[in-house]
Amino acid sequence: MLKRFLASREILLLGAIVALLVVIATRFPAFVAPSNLADVFNDTSPLILLAIGQMIVILTKCIDLSVAANLALTGMVVAMINVAAPGMPIVVIIMIAVGLGTLMGMTNGLLVWKLQIPPIVVTLGTMTIFRGIIFLISDGKWVNSHEMSSAFKAFPRADLLGLPVMSWTAIIAVILFTIVMTRTTMGRSFYAVGGNPHAATYTGIDVGKTQFRAFTISGALAGLTGYLWVSRYSVAYVDIAGGFELDVVAACVIGGVSIAGGIGTVGGALLGALFLGVIKNALPVVNISPFWQLAISGSAIIIAVALNARANREKGRIILKTAEHAT
Amino acid sequence: MQAENHIPTGFQSAPVMALDGITKTFPGVKALSDVALKLYPGEVTALIGENGAGKSTVVKILTGIYQPDGGAIRVDGNPVVFPTAQDAADAGITAIHQETVLFDELSAAENIFLGHAPRGKFGLIDWAEMERRSRAILDSIGAEIDPMAKLRDLGIANKHLVAIARALSIDARVVIMDEPTAALSHKEIHELYELVEKLKSQGKAILFISHKFDEIFRIADRFTVFRDGQFIGDGKISDVTEADLVKMMVGRDVSQIFPDRTPVIGNEVLRVEGYNHPTEFADISFDLKRGEILGFYGLVGAGRSEFMQSLFGITRPASGTATIDGTAAQIRSPADAVASGIVYVPEDRGKQGAITALPIFQNVTLPSLARTSRHGFIQLAEEFKLAREYTSRLDLRAASLDTPVGNLSGGNQQKVVIAKWLATQPKVIILDEPTKGIDIGSKAAVHEFMAELAQQGLAVIMVSSEIPEILGMSDRVIVMREGRIAAKLSGEELTPETLVRNAAGI
Repeated sequence: MLKRFLASREILLLGAIVALLVVIATRFPAFVAPSNLADVFNDTSPLILLAIGQMIVILTKCIDLSVAANLALTGMVVAMINVAAPGMPIVVIIMIAVGLGTLMGMTNGLLVWKLQIPPIVVTLGTMTIFRGIIFLISDGKWVNSHEMSSAFKAFPRADLLGLPVMSWTAIIAVILFTIVMTRTTMGRSFYAVGGNPHAATYTGIDVGKTQFRAFTISGALAGLTGYLWVSRYSVAYVDIAGGFELDVVAACVIGGVSIAGGIGTVGGALLGALFLGVIKNALPVVNISPFWQLAISGSAIIIAVALNARANREKGRIILKTAEHAT
Repeated sequence: MQAENHIPTGFQSAPVMALDGITKTFPGVKALSDVALKLYPGEVTALIGENGAGKSTVVKILTGIYQPDGGAIRVDGNPVVFPTAQDAADAGITAIHQETVLFDELSAAENIFLGHAPRGKFGLIDWAEMERRSRAILDSIGAEIDPMAKLRDLGIANKHLVAIARALSIDARVVIMDEPTAALSHKEIHELYELVEKLKSQGKAILFISHKFDEIFRIADRFTVFRDGQFIGDGKISDVTEADLVKMMVGRDVSQIFPDRTPVIGNEVLRVEGYNHPTEFADISFDLKRGEILGFYGLVGAGRSEFMQSLFGITRPASGTATIDGTAAQIRSPADAVASGIVYVPEDRGKQGAITALPIFQNVTLPSLARTSRHGFIQLAEEFKLAREYTSRLDLRAASLDTPVGNLSGGNQQKVVIAKWLATQPKVIILDEPTKGIDIGSKAAVHEFMAELAQQGLAVIMVSSEIPEILGMSDRVIVMREGRIAAKLSGEELTPETLVRNAAGI
């Protein structure tokens, strides 16, 4: 079991991230200082949160392109609530954000489950609708820093044992969902549905309902991230996190989540997000133009997928008894 | 290369196409073993055999979809190879499949000429010419079809005619018809016969695959019989009777490999009454007792699997009741079926059975997770215990229960799927083609095991298209034909002949 663990994608990816950090350290040692690494992690936290949700959705052979729009709409709604009722406790704000995100996720899930519309079409549609709604409720205006209450802005930055709450949220989500995915019947059903929907059906697992649950989780995480994002950057407008859904999918793919479903771990999504986070934060420091950053991120995606495809290539059937015991 | 010394005496003309010593092996299964087949110009050769005799494999070899592992394909006596389907088509070999492989969104003319459309200026498709030639071909076979009509707007019979027109458009020398009448009405079948006569008169060699003896005797000139991937015999149809052919198809020592069991039949555990489905099956009623193995025999497409899927809650019947241990069972989903004690091991393990990316233990416990978890949290120790208990009962050999199922051999994957269902402690287990595609040794193990299950008091339903398996394992047999129960057989009534006759309706 240990041998397989060491050869796993997650460990390889961790190795790649460490190697990347070593290369950066030779040119810019300050980058690998613990405080800077903590900053990088904090910066990557929204991506980690969304990547966990996306990973679960992709596991079930679906995709959620509406996560960034969900984040933006939730962020705008809670920002406007904060402006209208500055005294509302943050706990209530967070509950509203999670609830709203969950509702949007459930909408996606219901369309996929009950109407059997392909997930890419559903979420492409809801993505546009959510963005449109932001414009309608905000009249295209921004909610700026000075309009938000200080409590609203302070929460994600609040320091807890040396790390901001934002980072802790990502860490707790990673732990929580690692347990959900490996130790609960619901987590197991995501793998079963994506690994072989027919077999899952015969086993008594409702494929549509499981996909609905995946979208619901993804939506809830997007809603939570919506509040964290808007309060951390202290601004809400129509286009926040525009195109961020592609980063989220990229993080999953780099993290070894199979786009065909059934394969993926929370750890993989975490590392995929961190890999992108390190690149995004390190390249400006070592003076590489933003356009190179895009090219490098893109290459990383293709290399990751190529490596995964190689690893997943049909090994041929094991007919020899000796070969079977060797695995 | 050998000369044409394989032609038996008494055959005048030389075959236009011949298979000589063809062997084809798939992992774990020998699909064809040293088979021969000869097709003569202007004659219809019927290829006869049970399900799984290797007929479709031969068609795929003839049409360049599969490559044989050994033996020679000869056209006009010269050995040829067909690396791709296009090479076979270029050699004048064309197949009309049971389910037409055509394109619904294209017109009839486009379907007919796809891949070899007439070209005009600049190499562009000459639509006028294509329409004219399509019309000519369709007219020649008496089909009243507008060449420019989209295929999706045509009925199933007309689609078949388009497929036939396509076969003719490439100036075929060999036409393969794989159960061409399966989807046709009585009148259309007669038109097809006329068409076959027409093709014969044009000197084409026709390979005709059919389960229906009446049509074989109606239009075939010669026959070739396969059994279990082996060549059994060939000759002129006028020299044989139906009984001779049935005997060649099924005749073999049936008792050899099956476990010797003395069934201990208990109380009735399952009673099915009046199961109906709008399109798939009707009037299915039977009962099943503890310790009994009930065989379901029929031709492929007789509705056996469809009924089983309905009984298991995958599809819903329009009407009918299932009673388990005397209480009416409401089966609306597979989860309901499992909860009420019915489990189904599907025919297609790869597609419907195992989840190959998950390890063995997770596959085994998947339907029983409620028992190995508390408040939704899986208790790993109990999960492993359950998985170990049932895999060891099946003598599943694998390095560790962590091994992904995809890394196991076919026989062991089958064991994982069966272990999965046994772990739910069912009352009734439905095994759909339990030994399809696995080697002889594993077959015996599965049979042994099935007998053991019955011995332990489980009621077993076995869907099988293999006559020896049905005869060797079942206490009673239900034969289905065209979605209905054609016969319920037991004891002395159980012979290969009664099975084949009831299944084919002769």
